Amino acid sequence: MSTEQTKLMMNGLWNNNPALVQLLGLCPLLAVTGSVVNALGLGFATLLVLVGSNLLVSLIRNRVADDIRLPVFVMIIAALVTIAELTMQALTYELYQILGIFIPLIVTNCAILGRADAYARKNPPLLAVLDGLSMGLGFAVVLVLLGAMREFLGQGTLFADMHLLLGPMAQNWTLVIIDDYRGFLFAVLPPGAFVGMGLIIAAKNTFDHYQKMQKLQAQPLAEAGSKRVRVTGTIA
Amino acid sequence: MSLEAPTSLTASIRTGAISLGVFAVLTAAAISLTYVAGSESIAANKAAAKARALGEVMPPHLYDQSLLSAPQNLVDYGQLNVSSDAVSYAAVKSGNTQAIVLPVIAKDGYSGAISLLVGIDQHGLIQGVRAIEHRETPGLGDKLERKKSAWVDSFNGRSLANTPTDDWAVTKDGGVFDAFTGATITPRAVVNAVHQGLLYHQRHHSALYSVAQEQ
Repeated sequence: MSTEQTKLMMNGLWNNNPALVQLLGLCPLLAVTGSVVNALGLGFATLLVLVGSNLLVSLIRNRVADDIRLPVFVMIIAALVTIAELTMQALTYELYQILGIFIPLIVTNCAILGRADAYARKNPPLLAVLDGLSMGLGFAVVLVLLGAMREFLGQGTLFADMHLLLGPMAQNWTLVIIDDYRGFLFAVLPPGAFVGMGLIIAAKNTFDHYQKMQKLQAQPLAEAGSKRVRVTGTIA
Repeated sequence: MSLEAPTSLTASIRTGAISLGVFAVLTAAAISLTYVAGSESIAANKAAAKARALGEVMPPHLYDQSLLSAPQNLVDYGQLNVSSDAVSYAAVKSGNTQAIVLPVIAKDGYSGAISLLVGIDQHGLIQGVRAIEHRETPGLGDKLERKKSAWVDSFNGRSLANTPTDDWAVTKDGGVFDAFTGATITPRAVVNAVHQGLLYHQRHHSALYSVAQEQ
């Protein structure tokens, strides 16, 4: 991988994560992360649409005047989502019945328009696809993490109903973490989504801050101003 | 970014409008093509899914011809909260109607209407209940789906005769049907709707069974 490609992957997954840093696509994110299986379903569907829309936008990037680019992008994304929905209905009806509820939600995901405008319209198709892939993956990882947190707190289980998405092989994947759990309604309802999301963002920021401090310590110049000086083995 | 640089405002509006129009036509054409190409299999898939749902509320020993083959319009459809184009399906065996699948809508779900299919045999015993459309909270109210919980099976074998009117309620309200943890409104709505279905079946018994037998 070249540096540009590595940077793209790191941006999507961590540094510029659509859900944790850009805070895009929160509407579908908060709506469906009540369980791991729903989160995975939306994550997968979003990933596909994001890659497709980035590719199309990149392909037409030299044919659209700047003034009208946004309506054109919206049309492309809406058409792509509708075509995906129709195709799924025609070819994989079972999958449509499971993922169907997520597809209209994808249209409300501003991360897709965001990536089209911020990256795909300025870059060649291959890089745009890679950007879509990494952003989609970054989004999906956060979805699944939040889904796992809320499912665990709300219902005391993990991976319940995975067979609806992955077929019979996932029939017995349900982990009952706490037997006879009474359920914690707050985690399942929307407020739980906001609080859980806040906690994940806070954890990421704390980690980043810690990393930065570590780096600052490694440079003697910056050490003087830092109030959180800690002597570690790395300083000679 | 455009290929030819517009020289004036009118020219730039013109190019913008034309390319917007071109993209609108292209995207609409792409969607139309997909729709035309897929509409037949979509219709077939929907019919198959409906047949599957009907099969789930009606045990196979009660019919020997497709449940979809004998739909009939409903009199007094308002009692089931369904629209005028809703139909019931008869389970016909050796030319005799053995049971009926009624569409019932519970209007008072937690997030709007819950659309149900209720299979009832000619003696008024429930053969099966399935939710075919709902928007109940994932993780709470959606336990009314058979694939997520066996709760709907608690209706099987119930009838007006073996379950008195007062018992058609969730346990919290003094009835015999369990509620879900954290969600009482959903089961309450479904229990009421299924009860309505049974009352309708009793009230219109002769109409439901005579019409089908003429076919």
